[in-house]
Amino acid sequence: MTETPLIGSYPSGPAGAPLAGARIGVVTFPGTLDDRDAARAVRVSGATAVELWHADTELADVDAVIIPGGFSYGDYLRAGAISRFAPLMGKIVDAANSDAKLPVLGICNGFQILTEAHLLPGSMIKNDHLKFLCRDQVLRVENNTTAWTNAYAAGQDITVPLKNQDGQYIADEKTLDALEAEGLVTFRYMGGNPNGSRRDIAGISNAAGNVVGLMPHPEHAVETGYGPGHTGTDGLGFFASVLNTLLGGK
Amino acid sequence: MAEISTESAQKFNIDTVENAAATPDVELPWAELGLKQNEYDDVVKVLGRRPTGAELAMYSVMWSEHCSYKSSKNHLRQFGEKVTEEMKKDMLVGIGENAGVTNLGDGWAVTFKIESHNSPSFVEPYQGAATGIGGIVRDIISMGARPVAVMDPLRFGAIDHPDTARVMHGAVAGIGGYGNSLGLPNIGGEMVFDPIYQGNPLVNALAVGVMRHEDIRLANASGLGNKVVLFGARTGGDGIGGASVLASESFDSTKPSKRPAVQVGDPFAEKVLIECCLELFKGSLVEGIQDLGAAGISCATSELASNGDGGMEVELTSVLLRDPTLTPGEILMSESQERMMAVVSPENVAAFEAVMDKWAVEYSWLGEVTGTGRLIIKWEGEVIVDVDPRTVAHDGPVYDRPYARPEWQDALQADTFTGSVQDAGRPATAEELKAAVLELMASPNMCSKDWITNQYDRYVGGNTAMAFPDDAGVIRVDEETGLGVALATDANGRYTFLDPYHGAQLALAEAYRNVATSGAIPMAVSDCLNFGSPEDPNVMWQLAEAIRGLSDACMELGIPVTGGNVSLYNQTGTTPIHPTPVVAVLGKFDDVARRTPSGWAEDGQAIYLLGTTAAELDGSEWANLRGHLGGAAPAVDLKRERELGEILINASRDGMIDSAHDLSEGGLAAALVESSLRNNTGARVALDEVAARDGVDIFTLLFSETQGRAIVSVPRSEEVRFNDMCTARHFPVSRIGVVDAAGGALDLQGLFSAPLDQLREAHEGTLTKHFG
Repeated sequence: MTETPLIGSYPSGPAGAPLAGARIGVVTFPGTLDDRDAARAVRVSGATAVELWHADTELADVDAVIIPGGFSYGDYLRAGAISRFAPLMGKIVDAANSDAKLPVLGICNGFQILTEAHLLPGSMIKNDHLKFLCRDQVLRVENNTTAWTNAYAAGQDITVPLKNQDGQYIADEKTLDALEAEGLVTFRYMGGNPNGSRRDIAGISNAAGNVVGLMPHPEHAVETGYGPGHTGTDGLGFFASVLNTLLGGK
Repeated sequence: MAEISTESAQKFNIDTVENAAATPDVELPWAELGLKQNEYDDVVKVLGRRPTGAELAMYSVMWSEHCSYKSSKNHLRQFGEKVTEEMKKDMLVGIGENAGVTNLGDGWAVTFKIESHNSPSFVEPYQGAATGIGGIVRDIISMGARPVAVMDPLRFGAIDHPDTARVMHGAVAGIGGYGNSLGLPNIGGEMVFDPIYQGNPLVNALAVGVMRHEDIRLANASGLGNKVVLFGARTGGDGIGGASVLASESFDSTKPSKRPAVQVGDPFAEKVLIECCLELFKGSLVEGIQDLGAAGISCATSELASNGDGGMEVELTSVLLRDPTLTPGEILMSESQERMMAVVSPENVAAFEAVMDKWAVEYSWLGEVTGTGRLIIKWEGEVIVDVDPRTVAHDGPVYDRPYARPEWQDALQADTFTGSVQDAGRPATAEELKAAVLELMASPNMCSKDWITNQYDRYVGGNTAMAFPDDAGVIRVDEETGLGVALATDANGRYTFLDPYHGAQLALAEAYRNVATSGAIPMAVSDCLNFGSPEDPNVMWQLAEAIRGLSDACMELGIPVTGGNVSLYNQTGTTPIHPTPVVAVLGKFDDVARRTPSGWAEDGQAIYLLGTTAAELDGSEWANLRGHLGGAAPAVDLKRERELGEILINASRDGMIDSAHDLSEGGLAAALVESSLRNNTGARVALDEVAARDGVDIFTLLFSETQGRAIVSVPRSEEVRFNDMCTARHFPVSRIGVVDAAGGALDLQGLFSAPLDQLREAHEGTLTKHFG
């Protein structure tokens, strides 16, 4: 028997007290599902999670924002299509495009919202096999210079859960070529494309690298015992990365 | 109720209590609404006059089998009677409420319940299965709990029957589509294929929720002057009469299509409703709450009023409608989803409305709690219902239906597999045994269920410590302490067909064993009793025997039934399904960090087999594969189950084992293959010694389904302690092998070695082959 428990209590944050000063907002829309999970991941990383409500009109002095997964507005009309009009989204778009370059991470439905809000190019359509798919997914970190990936090594493979119905990333060829040329493809699916995404793209960033969106769920791979294979914590790097960014490390 | 004519609908519109009293001879369509003559006579007797159309609608739906348990009530009493004080000590709320509540300690409580949505899921698989999830989740919310997980035991027809794909695709997509959108991890369930379920697939749904003790809410309308409010989705024409029509009759090809009677779900509305209700509970803004499920407003008003201390008066025209042409009777019967009814004190009205506005949930105030003891429902101020709510909700008909052991039961039990025609050419050589293992693991019931479970979100919530295909689903309740729960559901229709009394006990024994295998201490039971028509004395005997067996076994294992559901009339023509009592067991972990997964992981650990094996192939998966069903169900030994459970729980708590997997369908062969495929970790296993000890041949050792067994993997450093514990308890244990991570094969020494790739290909290809 290994002496460490199979499931531990929270690992302590990567650097302790100063991190708690970092305020990371997690947005909840009606129908958001993974908001508490994203907030937990923030806490596990040592930062302070701040609840944001879609109808809020201020960003509550947060240093970064996570738009979590779920089915906001039931995916009605089109995933993310209604949420992008939320009052808070206007603030987030402005802050992301400002000189301050607010770090923004969109996970799953959050990624869909970011594309609808035109912070990221392309869009997601129904998986090519037409089914919801939940599985542990290997991703290659293609770009480790963004606000959310700088704690990873370039070319590193990580395993995080994937779970969605509309996860097939599409964009026109010109956009795809531009993403590739500028190194904005942040994550690529490894070990088989799970949904027909163009060029195996799992996640992308904007040119400034402060806005990242991906379909898989790093916030579900941050605690031993609750992630892939019961032990996986590969998702922690996202949160360590943004703390590096905020604390001026990278 | 699609069959109601416009003419009778208009009759509902104008039929006041006053009118009913004045026109005693008006003929009402009570038979069309599913009431029998004697039941209608009872309604007239209770009221002292003919019912109004609206009253008739209420009584017909509340006195249906589905809502009143009229055929099973006399037998179900045993679950409440065969309970010791010891069994009650952790039961905070027992049978009768929306769901039972069990004390977890540290101020935490857990509520869980399993229900059927069988008929709707056959008629319209996607919506039927989806709204099955929706309904059971609302039961959990109604108790004041946050729902934290769901599970789905499923039974469909033959895997290669053309209609099975329709039901499979629809039901699985419906469960996923609804459950995934609610943010509830799906942590387990079952999937059984058998032609006996071809026209009557079983779609059961379990939900579990957690709460602090002080948050427990009950469904009652008390406090004179408190306001009654309906909130959530608007009321529409879907599911009208679904409860009384779908659940009370068998499918008959001569009747018109029942499609319109199935409800349509909106998971987004339900998700918002969940969050909205939790905010109401947090602010202590409701005095009583009830979800609207079967029988809709009829059920909610009559149950709230009859459980309260006064009466209730509501104005039905205040109900927000999707379809303004609905008649009062239709509004009372509508099973539109995602609705809740609550009782709110006047001082909380403003705060209640603020929560509704925040979540953009529609609501309408319908009336208030009165002191009259009557349930009064008005339509534009005119009284259309004036009843004692108890007569609607609780005092429905109760039938002592005749039951008789089938004449064919003896012949069935005498027809054992061993020596039967189907047993000819039983595998004996190493090559035949290997082929048999591969055939078993590729078979519809034993194959990998990833095709299904990969369509369910098992991660959302971040508290899933284990999920299918491990033996039990495990959910963390308290992030600080690791306090958590384990859940497993089980049933074997073939065993129960062979022997209803013991078959039901075997279902409980397996669920109990699965929970203990995960390392949790079993605490409570919920059951979903799926049977044929109670009007068939043979079926009624199966039901009576199963309930008697289950209640006896609960007593012996010391865990109470806290709630459940009965689904009858699951038959096509005169052919009932196998009696299928699905039993869910809930267990508790002080710290889910101690949960035991089913797969081998560490190279070099010793593999032990707990328990002994007898020649019990009757009703087994192997016999099923050979087309045989007869003989005796495996022997039940609840004392041994309890001992095994204690060993598994102690071994988990004290860190003596790293994996455990129970032996059930498919026997030792299935357990060995599953434990090796879970983490792609092989083993070297030697079976001769244990076969000699038990006096069985290798085939029997591999395929027999003797109960009370499990395999565990033990770190070398713990072997002495583990052996000592088993010896001290006089529990049979045998070291049968070693985990071999590098070998890449399940090596049954002296027999055959099966590469894991080969086993995986056999195990994982079946559902994809049939369903794409």
